[in-house]
Amino acid sequence: MLCDKGYKPKRFNSSNLHHKNSTMEIIEFIKQPWAWYIAGPLVGLTVPALLILGNKNFGISANLRHACAICLPANISFFKYEWKKEIWNMFFVIGILIGGVIAFQFLSNPNPMIINQDLRTELASYGITNINGMLPAEIFSWKNLFTLKGFLMMVVGGFMIGFGSRYAGGCTSGHAISGLSNLQLPSLIATCCFFVGGLIMANFILPYILSL
Amino acid sequence: MKDTNQNNDFETRSLDTICVNESHLEHKWYYNFKYLIVGLLFGIVFIKAEIISWYRIQEMFRFQSFHMYGVIGSAVMVGILSVFLIKKLDIKTIYGEKIEFHDKKFNKGQMIGGLIFGLGWAITGACPGPIFAQIGTGITVMIVTLFFAILGTWVYGYLRDSLPH
Repeated sequence: MLCDKGYKPKRFNSSNLHHKNSTMEIIEFIKQPWAWYIAGPLVGLTVPALLILGNKNFGISANLRHACAICLPANISFFKYEWKKEIWNMFFVIGILIGGVIAFQFLSNPNPMIINQDLRTELASYGITNINGMLPAEIFSWKNLFTLKGFLMMVVGGFMIGFGSRYAGGCTSGHAISGLSNLQLPSLIATCCFFVGGLIMANFILPYILSL
Repeated sequence: MKDTNQNNDFETRSLDTICVNESHLEHKWYYNFKYLIVGLLFGIVFIKAEIISWYRIQEMFRFQSFHMYGVIGSAVMVGILSVFLIKKLDIKTIYGEKIEFHDKKFNKGQMIGGLIFGLGWAITGACPGPIFAQIGTGITVMIVTLFFAILGTWVYGYLRDSLPH
């Protein structure tokens, strides 16, 4: 009897512990940075998901155009269209924002980010040593907004994203993912140009900006 | 010069990757919440796979890591396969509509604009989608970058007729 009594709670405890462990394990697993072969296919599945949910083409930069059309169309023909039909894109980006909050608050990787050693050395030479979060805090902060470096990176950089993506008729999602999925040659050309622009900036211009 | 008939509207809209494919069904506004859910899941993938990380973008453009190439490459593979299956099996939307595809037309903007976009991408580590996830992680100053991205789009619209296409 005594033995039985002693045994039961122990067994209960151990199974409870086991259950708790596996849940923790799943959360710990999710908290790790995800490998490319998990993330890539998930990103790719956005294409059929949006098509099947309502005939929507995956492309995000259009939300910037809708913002113009809603806020300041200024009688420019490019912004005079029925933006109400495209409002789903705004829901989509608000979803991305909320997803960012959830992932950051609850699923954040507790370990420091592992980056390439050469990049780490190079960044250290510009005074960027705090490799945490998604962006270097030494650059992307309100305090730096009014420095030349901060202005170039946050203001001019933002302007080029908006101007360039609309001029190109899409961004990484619209051309590189969605356009290439439908085997569109213009999208391949655009994707190559995105890449060439990025190569030039990262290797030949950004070092000067970061040295400012 | 431009009238607002259907064809012209289509032409303007087709410059936008996203605008051409539209459902012909009229839905209540809250039907859009399903896109919010897709966006939410997508945002989590962005963060967890560090696709929106400035460091990962720098590694990519310096050929220091395979990660981003793997993500984009496998995403495109899955995308190609999905589009192929949708066409082949004539898969319909959940409302029973035929799924439409439109070909993109080449213009010089894809090259000039593409280069400009690439320059901005490597500086900020952000595209028009990831920037929302970056804001979500508490880097509120990226709201300024988003504002200037919207301004950039507006300036493009303003100058559009005088730019080479």
